[in-house]
Amino acid sequence: MSAAIVLLTLAERAAASLEVGIWGTAAWLAVAIVAAIGSMSLLGMALVLIERKVAARFQSRLGPMRVGPHGLFQTVADSIKLLIKEDIIPEQADRILFFLAPTFSLIATLLALVIVPVSPTLHLVDLNIGVVFFAAVSGFGVLGILLGGWSSNNKWSLLGAMRAGAQFISYELSLTLCLIVAVLFAGSLQLSEVVASQADGWWIWRGHVVTIVAFVVFIIASTAELNRPPFDLPEAESELTGGFHTEFSGLRFAFFFLAEFINMFVASALAATLFLGGWMPFQVGGWDTFNSVMAIIPGPIWFAGKVAVIIFISMWVRWTFPRLRVDQLMRLEWKFLLPIGIANVLIAAVIILSGLYFFPVGN
Amino acid sequence: MDWFLIFVFTLTAVGLVGGGLLVSRLVAPHNPGGKKNQPYECGEETVGHNWVHFNVGYYLIALLFLVFEVEAAFLFPWAVIFREVGWVGLIEVGIFVGVLVMALVYAWKKGILEWV
Repeated sequence: MSAAIVLLTLAERAAASLEVGIWGTAAWLAVAIVAAIGSMSLLGMALVLIERKVAARFQSRLGPMRVGPHGLFQTVADSIKLLIKEDIIPEQADRILFFLAPTFSLIATLLALVIVPVSPTLHLVDLNIGVVFFAAVSGFGVLGILLGGWSSNNKWSLLGAMRAGAQFISYELSLTLCLIVAVLFAGSLQLSEVVASQADGWWIWRGHVVTIVAFVVFIIASTAELNRPPFDLPEAESELTGGFHTEFSGLRFAFFFLAEFINMFVASALAATLFLGGWMPFQVGGWDTFNSVMAIIPGPIWFAGKVAVIIFISMWVRWTFPRLRVDQLMRLEWKFLLPIGIANVLIAAVIILSGLYFFPVGN
Repeated sequence: MDWFLIFVFTLTAVGLVGGGLLVSRLVAPHNPGGKKNQPYECGEETVGHNWVHFNVGYYLIALLFLVFEVEAAFLFPWAVIFREVGWVGLIEVGIFVGVLVMALVYAWKKGILEWV
């Protein structure tokens, strides 16, 4: 919590000093950005621990318990271990691409963090094309995976990387169509305006069934893009040993995993922003007392709560469903989710043009 | 201004990732050679190279992806201004999407979507 307050202060200082001049404030910016990236790395590590703990609970185990109280420092210990492990490069590997792959993966992921709107002030960059920026930057991640699989010169890695590529580009379509539905309702590509448009009620309630479908498809597609079970074919450990990261060791292996977990946060944050109202509190039209009580809770806590719920659901899904086969995966996307997504966009447009919202619309 | 921030953020991200690799280089042992540097293929000796031809299905999927991703790129601008263009715009987009859906139906009938 104290870290969040420090971060908030830094961001506010940076934002305030921006009025004075660009170059004089570079130092503040750098500090704020290092703080942001540092806290996000911590967040990635925390998510790894939470994932293990949640997994353990689902399987009636305790999970990591030894390092620190209730295994709190387990991922810290693991990170240090990975840092001091030897970095093995296979003889036949393409050394340059092998070096670039995990680096690229992590940098692209960190870049996507830049647009996550935590609160009106705690928002590093409020791009006027935020939604498109997310779609563009999240697409970089798969390049790291493809490069990693190709450069390893290992049969498992190549198979995993090709699967990852096919899976990613397939589910990218559904993801983009869901983004378009949210943009249709909000009428803006800027994430702060998307959140502001939900002041009267979150889109998931107000768009009839359309936004609920879009939200569910968004969660499925982002799970598939993150290579998380039940869509973890690219690294399917029981058939491909480790898939695209078979040959990676030490810190580069850690980079792939950090990227995956930070990506999970970014995708959940986007889902919370587009469909669950971001930092907006839960409001019901006409219930003034209830609304004022809800409004007391600060925005960042609402945001964190929504993201936490979505992340928990994705962990729940992970430990509930078995892995899909490749043909099932492709059938699900191309014959099921894609037609639904296209129809959903058109129905959303019809609903908005005929003014069929739930709740009164502000503008 | 926004893009300057993103530029600074990118530089910082590159710096942090590079710094991490540098620290790892300094503290980790470096002792290559022997069986350790062979590709791991479950204990079997590696046979030949792996940079080979792969299933043409991936290529077809990539082509289809290109069609619909470009469609999405055209839909974003429409999504922002579609309250102004109204029903006319919606019908035009409907025709545009309809043509692309025909492509999907064609691919479906051709059996490209069946993964083998």
